[in-house]
Amino acid sequence: MPITLEKIPGEEERVILSMGPQHPSTHGVLRLVLELDGETVVRAIYDIGYLHTGFEKSFEDKTYSQGITLTDRMDYLSPLSNNLGFCLAVEKLLDLEIPPRAQWIRVLLTELTRIQSHLVWLGTHAIDLGAMSVLLYCFRERETILHIFEMVSGQRMMTSYFRVGGLALEPPLDWLKQVEKFVKTFPGHLEEYENLLSKNPIWLKRTVGIGKLSGDEAIAWGLSGPSLRGSGVDWDIRKKEPYSSYEKFDFKVPTRPEGDVYARYLVRMEEMRQSLRIVQQAMEGIPEGPIKANAPHIVLPDRESMKTSIEALIYHFKIVTEGFHPPVGEVYQVIEAPRGELGFYMVSDGSPKPFRCHVRAPSFANLQALPKMIEGRLIADVVACIGTIDIVLGEVDR
Amino acid sequence: MPSNLESNLALKKLREFAPQGIEEAREFRGEVTIYIPPEWLIRVSEFLRDEPRLAFKYLSDITALDLYPNEPRFEVVYHLLSLQNAERLRLKVRAGGDDPCVDSLVPVYPAANAFEREVFDLFGIQFAGHPYLRRILMPEDWEGYPLRKDYPTEGYR
Repeated sequence: MPITLEKIPGEEERVILSMGPQHPSTHGVLRLVLELDGETVVRAIYDIGYLHTGFEKSFEDKTYSQGITLTDRMDYLSPLSNNLGFCLAVEKLLDLEIPPRAQWIRVLLTELTRIQSHLVWLGTHAIDLGAMSVLLYCFRERETILHIFEMVSGQRMMTSYFRVGGLALEPPLDWLKQVEKFVKTFPGHLEEYENLLSKNPIWLKRTVGIGKLSGDEAIAWGLSGPSLRGSGVDWDIRKKEPYSSYEKFDFKVPTRPEGDVYARYLVRMEEMRQSLRIVQQAMEGIPEGPIKANAPHIVLPDRESMKTSIEALIYHFKIVTEGFHPPVGEVYQVIEAPRGELGFYMVSDGSPKPFRCHVRAPSFANLQALPKMIEGRLIADVVACIGTIDIVLGEVDR
Repeated sequence: MPSNLESNLALKKLREFAPQGIEEAREFRGEVTIYIPPEWLIRVSEFLRDEPRLAFKYLSDITALDLYPNEPRFEVVYHLLSLQNAERLRLKVRAGGDDPCVDSLVPVYPAANAFEREVFDLFGIQFAGHPYLRRILMPEDWEGYPLRKDYPTEGYR
């Protein structure tokens, strides 16, 4: 039996509407069950699991390095953030020091990931609310970022570029030129989007005062990321619990007190600006040096040394066939992903495969606030509220 | 060695509040884990949330570990966050037997709702007092609990 809403005894019978899982504005396969009084939503409940593929079980059957490829496929709009979270968790287990050059490149690429993830959010959110053209512009800029990803990792989306101990390979020589080009042109484009939306009366009508959540409610429901900051809570993991050298970058954390769809829109727009600032700083200050940690038993040797050094060859063989053994222990590593707090809870029993790897997916937690946001509102607002919490179902269902 | 354990404010306050509410405390890579007796879970989490110096108002995550074939077999893991102090704390509750069950944290943290459903779905741990304890990721008529260690990764069950 699929999930449905039971009738409350003593109340009049109302229409039950099943919205999704195949619905263009549910951003994937989300199913909502709505009880309607005319066009007003009285009660709502969500039904997920259509994309459940058992990533957490698969992690237990793969070595730590193999696990990275799975992380791309969870939040498929921000693969590099997932790579980073996973690698940082394993590195914390191993107590591994990452060279600054690798950290800088990681920061640069995850911030680009944030921008391209927000661009997809903006485009789809706008098209849901009837502003068609924004999507086309957003995907144009996203394409340039995906080109940069393809340059460094060979893949547009399933990058798997960050590895335990550093990066997979040295980026090509002229990649920074592409980044520079993007940094130069993007502020103008961002203005273009804001001209289309920020003062647009239809946009304002559809977003201001819709899906309101107070700061306390947002905290109680476990919201994170822009959804939390849109309710006036100043919490950004990059600032409060810095990882991967974020403390060395200068950026602001935008918050808005209103807690409605429009506030979250403004927060994300400003976040793109701030991410761009970080990208610029990272680009100008990339230090020289190695891109992999000095830990031959964990990090794969480069091709050159494999052909000249017997130790490197043996290490390579050991890492590929068996994997490395982190000490027994458990860590919970969080990062500020585009959608909020992405946590990896990694438990090691000393073997080359994780004993347990749990993913705290931001979308999964953020989705809980959806029924609260839409109850008592019109059906048309449901679409606005789904868009504003910015869920990726691949990550919700894992 | 356990320097963080002695200086940890939450642990100190918790010892003052209820010494019998702590079974054990551990530290690894600077992260503090406190084992709580099952009957103390609600009271301890309420205390951690409401004590003004701690303010663990944010529930980050709930998950579980299957320590099969050990008994008690399961550990339910809670990750709390204090926005005020930028501090995290891990609570653990052991659950075992044929019908593992712990108290639901939904009355304390509304966010626990979906996380507990997920743990119930994938581990088969019951949460007493949960308002809507149903499978969330797996199909409703699924047999078995996939994240248990005696559940195979591939092939037929």
